[in-house]
Amino acid sequence: MLTFLLNQQKIETDQHPGTVLLDFVRRDNRLFGTKEGCREGDCGACTVLVGQLDGEKLTYRAVNSCLLPIGSLQGKHIVTLEGLNGTENTALQDAFIFEHASQCGFCTPGFIVSLTDFLLNNADLKFEEAIATVSGNICRCTGYASIRRAIDRFIIEIKNKIDLRPGIRIEQLIKANQLPAYFADMPARLTQLTNRAPKARNGKIVGGGTDLFVQQADALREASLQFVDETPGSHQIKIDNDACIIAAATTMEDMRRSPIIQNIIPDFDPFAKLIASKPIRERATLAGNIVNASPIADFTIILLALGASLELEKNGTGRIVALHDFYLGYKQLDLQPEEKIVSIRFPVPPGDYAFHFEKVSRRTHLDIASVNSAAFIANESSTITLARLSAGGVAPVPFLLQETNAFLTGSTINDTVVRQAMDIAAAEISPISDVRGSADYKRTLLRQLLFAHFHAKFPQYLSTEVA
Amino acid sequence: MKNHDANLHVRGLSRFVDDFLAPDNTLHAAVKGSAIAHGAIMSIHHEKAEKHPGVRKIVLAKDVPGENQIGSIIQDEQLLADHEVHFISQPIAIVVAETPEQAREAVALIDIEYEEKPVITDPRVAAEKGQLIAPARTFSCGDTDTAWGKCDVVVSGTAASGGQEHLYLETQGCLAVLKEDGGLKLISSTQGPTAVQRIVARVLDLPMHKIEVDVLRLGGGFGGKEDQATAWATMAALAAYRVGQPVKLVLRRHEDMLMTGKRHPYSSDFKIGLTKDGKILAYEAIYYQNAGAAADLSTAILERTLFHSTNSYFIPNVKATALSCRTNLPPNTAFRGFGGPQAMFVIESAIAVAAEKMGVTPEVIQAKNLWQDGDATPYGQIMHECRIKSCWQEMAEKSNIKKLQQNVREFNANNTLVKKGFTMMPVTFGISFTNTALNQAGALVHVYNDGSVSISTGAVEMGQGVNSKLQQVAARVLGIDARRIRVDSTNTGRVANTSPTAASSGSDLNGHATRLACEQIQERLQCFASRLLDVERSKITFHDDKIWVDEMPQSLQWQELTDKAYWARVSLSAQAHYSTPNIHFDKNKEKGHPFAYYAYGVAATVVRLDCIRGTYKVESVDIVHDLGSSLSPKVDLGQIEGALMQGIGWMMMEDVVFSEQGRLLANTLSTYKIPDIYFAPESLRVHILENADHPAGLFHSKAIGEPPFMYGIGAWFALREAMKAYRQDVDVPFVAPFTPESVLMRIS
Repeated sequence: MLTFLLNQQKIETDQHPGTVLLDFVRRDNRLFGTKEGCREGDCGACTVLVGQLDGEKLTYRAVNSCLLPIGSLQGKHIVTLEGLNGTENTALQDAFIFEHASQCGFCTPGFIVSLTDFLLNNADLKFEEAIATVSGNICRCTGYASIRRAIDRFIIEIKNKIDLRPGIRIEQLIKANQLPAYFADMPARLTQLTNRAPKARNGKIVGGGTDLFVQQADALREASLQFVDETPGSHQIKIDNDACIIAAATTMEDMRRSPIIQNIIPDFDPFAKLIASKPIRERATLAGNIVNASPIADFTIILLALGASLELEKNGTGRIVALHDFYLGYKQLDLQPEEKIVSIRFPVPPGDYAFHFEKVSRRTHLDIASVNSAAFIANESSTITLARLSAGGVAPVPFLLQETNAFLTGSTINDTVVRQAMDIAAAEISPISDVRGSADYKRTLLRQLLFAHFHAKFPQYLSTEVA
Repeated sequence: MKNHDANLHVRGLSRFVDDFLAPDNTLHAAVKGSAIAHGAIMSIHHEKAEKHPGVRKIVLAKDVPGENQIGSIIQDEQLLADHEVHFISQPIAIVVAETPEQAREAVALIDIEYEEKPVITDPRVAAEKGQLIAPARTFSCGDTDTAWGKCDVVVSGTAASGGQEHLYLETQGCLAVLKEDGGLKLISSTQGPTAVQRIVARVLDLPMHKIEVDVLRLGGGFGGKEDQATAWATMAALAAYRVGQPVKLVLRRHEDMLMTGKRHPYSSDFKIGLTKDGKILAYEAIYYQNAGAAADLSTAILERTLFHSTNSYFIPNVKATALSCRTNLPPNTAFRGFGGPQAMFVIESAIAVAAEKMGVTPEVIQAKNLWQDGDATPYGQIMHECRIKSCWQEMAEKSNIKKLQQNVREFNANNTLVKKGFTMMPVTFGISFTNTALNQAGALVHVYNDGSVSISTGAVEMGQGVNSKLQQVAARVLGIDARRIRVDSTNTGRVANTSPTAASSGSDLNGHATRLACEQIQERLQCFASRLLDVERSKITFHDDKIWVDEMPQSLQWQELTDKAYWARVSLSAQAHYSTPNIHFDKNKEKGHPFAYYAYGVAATVVRLDCIRGTYKVESVDIVHDLGSSLSPKVDLGQIEGALMQGIGWMMMEDVVFSEQGRLLANTLSTYKIPDIYFAPESLRVHILENADHPAGLFHSKAIGEPPFMYGIGAWFALREAMKAYRQDVDVPFVAPFTPESVLMRIS
């Protein structure tokens, strides 16, 4: 029996835990404000809020209900657009009406719900962050201009209505009639529910589900499933003995928000925003990204360049394997049956270093890369003391550019060296032609991205002739 | 003025086909499509599917009681293929089951054996093999053969533009419910309710009056539901008819992408001749339209290509030939612009080549050849109240083209790895269905005796704001607050024999019909009020919910008047019909006056190219657009902005690719990308042309749906300029869309 709250209602259900929330709200609860647009997390029409308690703090995040199995919802509060409606429209709803930011209306609920995440969570209500919050919402009618105006208008309105100090946002929004009053009771109501998912002994392990439920939704609807622990302690990023240790279930957004990660990689925020969309990143776990073994997995490429290794565990016995050694071939892993990733760790680099991530896709945001690449370069002025560059979309596995790295380590950064590195990298990869681009293109693109790393981080040592 | 339904939209209360509470005994349908692009069906094994849990019926071609034929203009498309298939995913069988999942599982269990035949995907190959949907058509004026000799510059080339997936957010779907007398009520997501009604009647062998089609709203249409909503509605109807229970058929996204047609890809040859000072003397073009496997609306789309072959330019000698080529792809269909954008891409390509040859920028040639009053188009319509030059001039003043260009030049001089390009894109677009007969509409207006008003027309609301405009028309004529007026669903029982909501004409045609119906009621109420108040009728006016005599408000108000009129047995309902006057076209001579008027506008676009990565961004678009005197400026602004973005998507991102076997390669949203909020132009300034009254229009307004789509073409040419700024010698063929791959592989 799964127990959770849906808007104001307590749900107790025996439905298969692999049922996606989108179907559950529409078919079983007749909440038609949540729309089906693609069933693969690429349009945002089905966006809902998921609230989870951490101690006394209740945090809501917008996610795609089409990829969210109800088995992940134990002890949580699900909010659909119907659950956000008050007797009067909110400033957000009125701004959409005023600016004609809704034309056919099909995408509108998703935009309103996503922007409610922004309203609930963004400290100073920055316009650019509001835009980032709707990075997973597609509108085919407006061309987004009126949506941008509506966002602008609603931010100004809201800033006049509420106190932005941290820790009191929900209370403030309720007071200003921007959130229904029942939200005030939610922490107490959620406390009465356990947040531990019913334990299943075997079956497919489901983390965020953001890829599993794109690829295998029909099979998972009836399969035996094990849901990973999503209680607050399961998402943890910490520093221990010069290593950064990240719990397996940590999500991509946990990473983006982590002060520890930002400290190690100051540009992490813009890099992370190139990956999927915010609702996907809220659910997608690091371990999921790694075991999915897509040769183009953005986060895995970043972790490769950081020199990450994995802590694996089976029946109480653990072992450590370098991420780079974890991939044996296309979608083949050094992972035994029943063995699980417990944590991901990488050394916190001492001294001077640069970290950079590049990704080119047909569309800059919410798209799968044609080629991506990460670069970790430790240096003493122009001398590279350690180079660890990785690339995706260029081999059957997420690829560490070992020959390029060997060449660069110890070299001095200049035009000739970068050009040589580009040649070496192009020679050590084996891209294939597919819907993301021809093999020739991917080879050319990786060369360009290698140059881009150096151009972004060490422009003082280069002329622009290399490109 | 608010959007008629916006309050429902923002609260998640607006219903689309899949949101209606279906009757408890509703069954669900899924469609089995062909696995191959061309071949004979040898056998269909559906025994396993039939035994699958929940399955109630497998419907095949043999179950069609009437004609198994859904072709609208040309009858060449079966609802369900019986012995031959012509494209991948062509419907063969409908599975009806208790749940949508069961229906889809059973679809996978149907086994079909084929004998494969050769597949054609290229329109030029189809033309070579004589595979034409209809005989080629040619529009011509003057004499190009002799004109070439008078030209100082003659250049030629080829241009190709790609398809485009509509990607309406609401997929195709229909709920079919049986009535007591064997008729059907269909809740359909269609732009053409009458088309659905007609085809369902044909397929089920029932009179049209037994088929009621009701359309509340569409989650986007863009032309994709003009003709191609019909098949799914007909399948739902056929399934319901066969099982005797309600049936819902709603496509999943990947099914919709695989099974429905898209914008027509074109491959074209052009030749253009100019004097040394840039005057275009002659232009020839041959368009090879990739129609897909059936006619659908291809011949009408081809016709509009010919109408717009010279875009905004007067050219005295023109010969434009168009071939609609039959290939083994899903039948391509209407999409915003309807063949016009494809034609404009070719002439703009020709001008770009000519400009290069002459060593000038394209806008020098563009500006010299813009239409002016009195110019004759190749099809004989004489330009009248032409405003393309006014738009161009106003653009020069408002956005300061010289400054924009100067900024781009300076930026390029100071930057080596990022370059910018600038272009102008004028658009002249004819307003009216080119099939003259379709330019008619009906309206039924009821005034209830509490003063509230209900409007029914043939117009379908799909986000374009037609309901807001109809509401506004009635409010103006009746002199009452728009909040008293509700636009009802589009229903074939209330308004019959409607044209599809298409060709940018929905508001014009249905708005005029609504105006005429409201005027009848207004007249009756004025007569009644004149009796009531004992004043001459001519002194009575209605506005602000009040009755005025000699512009003095009376104590008698609208609501009371309607009640009194009812009790005095005055009819408070009216039906009206509108047909656009003075339009005609002779297809034998290919001459006439097909358009009621033209919409005009100009866009100036700046695109920024990242020369390292081959990625690009539309930095700014400035638009001057002629709206006449807008009925609803915010609705129209939304149409301009949305159409522009779609046009940019078509030219700069959206890549419909089929394999040589006719298989759609990008068939999900994870592989077919459309613009997101980050891809929108960084700066977009829309300026509405001033002093542009249009007395012949609906309350002096002009149509808006399609024309701004073609501004997106400017972005393609601006990116081409940026590529040339990076590498002067770069060879950039006229192939759209650009992708980061096509760009990087040219410049690196």
